[in-house]
Amino acid sequence: MEIKNISKDVYEVEKEGNMNVPSRIFASEKILENIKKDKTTEQIKNVACLPGILNYSIALPDSHQGYGFPIGGVAAFDLGKGVISPGGVGYDINCSVRLLKTNLEKKDILGKEKELLEILYKKIPSGVGRGSPFNITRKELNKLLEGGAKYLVEKGFGVKEDYLNMEEEGCMKEADSSKVSERAIKRGIGQIGTLGAGNHFLEVQVVDEIFDEKIAKEFGIKKNQIVIMIHCGSRGLGHQVASDYIQLMEKEYGFGNLPDRELINAPIKSKLGKDYYKAMCCAANFAFANKQLITHWVREEFKKIFQKSEVKVVYDVCHNIAKFEEHIIEGKKKIVCVHRKGATRAFGAGRKEVPKSYREIGQPVLIPGSMGTASYLLVGTKKAEELTFGSTVHGAGRISSRSSALKNLNGEEIKKEMNKEGIEVKSGSIKSLAEEAPSVYKDIDEVVKVVDELGISKKIARMKPLIVIKG
Amino acid sequence: MEKFRFLEHTADVKFQAFGKNIGEVFENCAIALKESICGKMKVHPEKEKKIKIGGDDFESLLYNFLEEIIYLLDAEDFLISGIKNIEIKDYNLKAVLTGDNSSDYEFTNNVKAVTYNEMFVKKEKDFWTAQVVLDV
Repeated sequence: MEIKNISKDVYEVEKEGNMNVPSRIFASEKILENIKKDKTTEQIKNVACLPGILNYSIALPDSHQGYGFPIGGVAAFDLGKGVISPGGVGYDINCSVRLLKTNLEKKDILGKEKELLEILYKKIPSGVGRGSPFNITRKELNKLLEGGAKYLVEKGFGVKEDYLNMEEEGCMKEADSSKVSERAIKRGIGQIGTLGAGNHFLEVQVVDEIFDEKIAKEFGIKKNQIVIMIHCGSRGLGHQVASDYIQLMEKEYGFGNLPDRELINAPIKSKLGKDYYKAMCCAANFAFANKQLITHWVREEFKKIFQKSEVKVVYDVCHNIAKFEEHIIEGKKKIVCVHRKGATRAFGAGRKEVPKSYREIGQPVLIPGSMGTASYLLVGTKKAEELTFGSTVHGAGRISSRSSALKNLNGEEIKKEMNKEGIEVKSGSIKSLAEEAPSVYKDIDEVVKVVDELGISKKIARMKPLIVIKG
Repeated sequence: MEKFRFLEHTADVKFQAFGKNIGEVFENCAIALKESICGKMKVHPEKEKKIKIGGDDFESLLYNFLEEIIYLLDAEDFLISGIKNIEIKDYNLKAVLTGDNSSDYEFTNNVKAVTYNEMFVKKEKDFWTAQVVLDV
């Protein structure tokens, strides 16, 4: 297989075999070497075989092997001939990131980090299964699935500005709760307001560098400011929606022609394709609501220590999602179905999807680093719309497996290292600290440098963690 | 005989399980899943749950079987300790899961879902092997 360098940081895998389009890898030379080590390239070639795929299948600089689609994968499909694939969205539907800004500075929280860590950890459930203190009836859950973050704001868990500053205004409007199975409801009903496990986290961070003063100011971000980043998704409800529709699509369409059974899909215009999309929207709304409740709790807990604290939403981005968006295809404007799996929308100025408060600047892009390392705030660009269907990276991206991390790394040691750096950390299990150690991820600074140079999003600010809660 | 083995995968958990018959290989897959959920922690067989699962081939039967274990943890707080009386016939499975209330244990569950990625169930001579990738 030939990987051709077509311009700086852009590589193309030529069309061959059953591929309908070529594949493109966006990466520096150093990152490309890492990407080549696992099955990412094979997986984007598999994606390029799907019906109705447009232009090329994409692997972004944070990409690594996933199931079906790679993580850090993007693909757009024609509405007439194309398909929608639950495996192309992922099990953790709308696994996503929210950034909150405060009126506090680093000097305000110095010496109080441990206390803040303890009360946040106690309040926000993380780790296994159920455990949310938030009770909701079946009937109300259906409203939450159709109303997302807005539903909770209307119940008193936030303010209107919260959802106005989110992707989709915190609610995907095509959601239809009748398309969500009983099993999915049963898995999700006890999990609203929970972080979950794995790479999910809540961090209190300090803004340590500003790259663009003007745009940072528009986003309400300045040096030394305390911000909070939340990363979690749709929990068991989303996982079950994916699983349910994978099975329904297998029964309806079979998987005989697929290079990977996990790539099962349905035509976008089919009843099953439409049903999946409506159920996926419910799971996405669950994730928006999940983070809304956590935001509410963060506000309450901050007030206990800092009576005058104000916590506002900067933005909330979706990672695992399918969206109907307008893009330029062969010179013509066209609505297409963009799958982003472990990828972030990065729209530039002027798009109607960007909240009014940011429309003249471009959409905020939130890129968390690995545990203990920097995270970034960027802005979306027109260039992303030209190159990657308006998409950019979602994080650093893993380079080595959890099992090798456990073999080679010790959670206690990692905790000590982080403490030495002035970071307070708490996790449900010491094991997950080893699994999420910075050394098993790509270097976030390198990944962000590449997207900035490519122009698919531009650096605005960098944040360093002070307090880390891992699921 | 080795029951199961974890393999390298960049982000997720991949394992192969083995057995002298189809029931044994499914049982060992379930134990590998249990270990992915809560490690080697001892779970007491305080409760039993009878399950009946169907599929269209061995792979979909395995997918549905493992998914049921994940479902029971989220929806019913049931953490598996082991399997009894597993019977598989014509892509239908009957078994008794033993386990306990998950809330009585301290562990972090990473497992989100079973996937079909690189999944297989195959018999070579009289030896069965299954391979599974879990989304974690």
